[in-house]
Amino acid sequence: MKKLILILLGCLAFACENIIPEPPAVDEILDGPIDGLNSSEQARFLAGDFAFNDEVFSSGTGLGPTFVATSCGSCHAGDGKGHPFTTLTRFGQTAPNTPPNLLIGGPQLQNRAIPGYTPEILPEGTPFMKLTPPAVTGLGLLSALTDEQILTNADPYDLDGDGISGVPNYVNPPAYFVPKWFHQDANGRYMGRFGKKAATIDLLQQTVSAYNQDMGITSTFEPVDPFSGLEVDQEVSDQTVRDVVFYLRTLKTPIQRSQNDQQIIQGKTLFSQIQCGDCHTPEWTTPTSDIVALSNKTFFPYTDLLLHDMGPGLDDGVTEGSAETFEWRTPPLWGLGLSPNSQGGSYFLMHDGRASSIEEAILLHGGEANSSRTKFESLSAEDRTALIRFLESL
Amino acid sequence: MKKYLFLPVFLFALVANAQIDSTLLKRVPVDTSYTRAMNMDAVYNRPFLQIGNLPASIGGYVEADYQYMGQDGITEGHSFRIPRFTLFVASSIHRKIKFLSEIELEEGGKQISIEFAALDLTFHPLLNLRGGVVMNPIGAFNQNHDGPKWEFVDRPIAMTEMLPATWSNVGFGLYGKYYSKAWAFGYEAYLTNGFDNSIISNNQNKTFLPAAKENALRFEESSNGQPLFTGKIAVRNNKVGEIGLSYMGGIYNRFEEDGLVLDAKRRLDVLAVDFNTTISATKTYLVGEWAWVLVDVPETYSQQYGERQKGGFVDIVQPILRGKLAGFDKAVFSLACRLEYVDWNVGSFEETGGNISDDLWAVVPAISFRPVSQTVIRLNYRYMQQQDILGNPPAKIGGVQFGLSSYF
Repeated sequence: MKKLILILLGCLAFACENIIPEPPAVDEILDGPIDGLNSSEQARFLAGDFAFNDEVFSSGTGLGPTFVATSCGSCHAGDGKGHPFTTLTRFGQTAPNTPPNLLIGGPQLQNRAIPGYTPEILPEGTPFMKLTPPAVTGLGLLSALTDEQILTNADPYDLDGDGISGVPNYVNPPAYFVPKWFHQDANGRYMGRFGKKAATIDLLQQTVSAYNQDMGITSTFEPVDPFSGLEVDQEVSDQTVRDVVFYLRTLKTPIQRSQNDQQIIQGKTLFSQIQCGDCHTPEWTTPTSDIVALSNKTFFPYTDLLLHDMGPGLDDGVTEGSAETFEWRTPPLWGLGLSPNSQGGSYFLMHDGRASSIEEAILLHGGEANSSRTKFESLSAEDRTALIRFLESL
Repeated sequence: MKKYLFLPVFLFALVANAQIDSTLLKRVPVDTSYTRAMNMDAVYNRPFLQIGNLPASIGGYVEADYQYMGQDGITEGHSFRIPRFTLFVASSIHRKIKFLSEIELEEGGKQISIEFAALDLTFHPLLNLRGGVVMNPIGAFNQNHDGPKWEFVDRPIAMTEMLPATWSNVGFGLYGKYYSKAWAFGYEAYLTNGFDNSIISNNQNKTFLPAAKENALRFEESSNGQPLFTGKIAVRNNKVGEIGLSYMGGIYNRFEEDGLVLDAKRRLDVLAVDFNTTISATKTYLVGEWAWVLVDVPETYSQQYGERQKGGFVDIVQPILRGKLAGFDKAVFSLACRLEYVDWNVGSFEETGGNISDDLWAVVPAISFRPVSQTVIRLNYRYMQQQDILGNPPAKIGGVQFGLSSYF
């Protein structure tokens, strides 16, 4: 008996360090902080992580009464792209530079309601767009770029004749917006860089709007309840909002996998050759930032953060800010290959999740991307595979 | 690491050596009909101590454990817990009238609850009236949950988080048993206060029946004026084992207040089947339970909160050494394994038709040592995989748990 117990205890002591399940490879997950945060920044990251991923709202804590999702993490599982289950529906603005029609319930449909309440219903015949939640990784580096840097790629009138425009979306800032040194005032409006239509200027606006429009949670920044249209008590603290913003700023960037694989290298070359990179700008470098870990970093998001005409096939007849209804912001491609890990094992790509594969997504490109799509269609099967593998590696 | 392993053993030794004046106490033997006892008898089928000639007897149990758990390579380190400390008081008012109460202090007193406080009046073996705070007899674990009876540190997830355990309410009911040779038949039927809106409006982001336990007002008044019915029938054969079938259901939501209609009446229905048996040839003990939960969730609410849940567990316990061990005359050393599964949200997404996941499974191999039947020392390894609602790659959770539990 004694021997048996000693053997068991010995085995346990030996095995203890190996009994915790192995972590997934660091390049297979999106969650985690960017390198270089100090201890106080890590603590703040954790506070934001909790608020973003673990804090669930219920009717007792302010949810709704009409809403889309019950928590931030419900839409951005593992900080990755979302699923049609939490797709947003926006409506109410059908032309650039016009205010959204709030009288019909715009700009966003709250399609769910707590028990005893009736959710919002889309007015009959109203144009709408469905928006799949984007991945939230690497946003800090994108938010650290200057307007000037982004505008370098803008070519609204296609003066260089390459068929690619690149248009900034100028939007009216919310009352609480405080311009940073890198924002450029354009007659009281500012350039948006987040959201499918680039209609959101910074991550504070993104966070406040998501609390309010997605969960029906009011804050001192956005005190109007979308259900009643009345100002109500704040349901999330300023500190929590700012912690979430900090979390979003300091989430790590997706790490490319199998970079040295020959087929992936070939795919990267093809990506450039067929001019995907004209809009999906591969490389950026941040200026000095208030967060040291974000300062002077070169990163590879594959976006220019500008709007492009994507053709009639992707024109939903609805827009935001100064964007045309057929214009969409170039989405970052980093983390693309990890999308199924947050979308339930499948791909739901393009702005509304209509594409179930990367290839299908490419073939849905129109407008300014016609040329690249045509070149993709003319690639050999082997080259197509290489290009897809490259995109999957991001 | 080794020092942490020896610490609980050392502490246990200290407790074991502590002495009190026991001359005033006499141990009330466990019900002598134990071999014929059913799960429904669990509340009285416990060791009690009687003080002198007082008509009341007392008892209880304590659980303490250590765990080293982690998820996906990240661990919170070493942790010690006292998940529950429970006191029983029983008294016989008359040959046919008895009272028993069970007070539980969970997590070091963070939560104190009356789990059971009921008066039983026997009119006939088949007709007993019970009133007070009763344990709703849904499944077997809710009735028979005392820590020292189990070889595992954690309680089965399906029976504590899908079904709420310990789930007790104020109410009345009838129960009875009938014996015929090796057979026993039992029934229970109660009307009690019940659930509330919190089961689909909580911070768990899923339909979560135990959320209603947070509402202590249920001991004062019903949340909606609608009684919850809980009923169970069970059959036991002394050579084969016991099987039970139980149902719990009623309107769970507050649909009306001050005469004003707030919502439609929404039902909750729970069905459970439980069994236990001992394979006589090998003395292998098997116990298991499976349950289905059906909740009327408003169509316009989020599918995050499932309309259907299912889950259960099976424990396999194999004694491998019996007899005089480590100075104890009737000690038992066993190997055991628990398999458990919960699907928090059975169904498919309206948007895609794809399966809603939100499920988990676990396997828990265990070693237990019972120096006496009322005391158990147990060492478990838990491995669990848990998927989110979308079915993304599962979180992998694992680690060791060591604990002791004993009646006193």
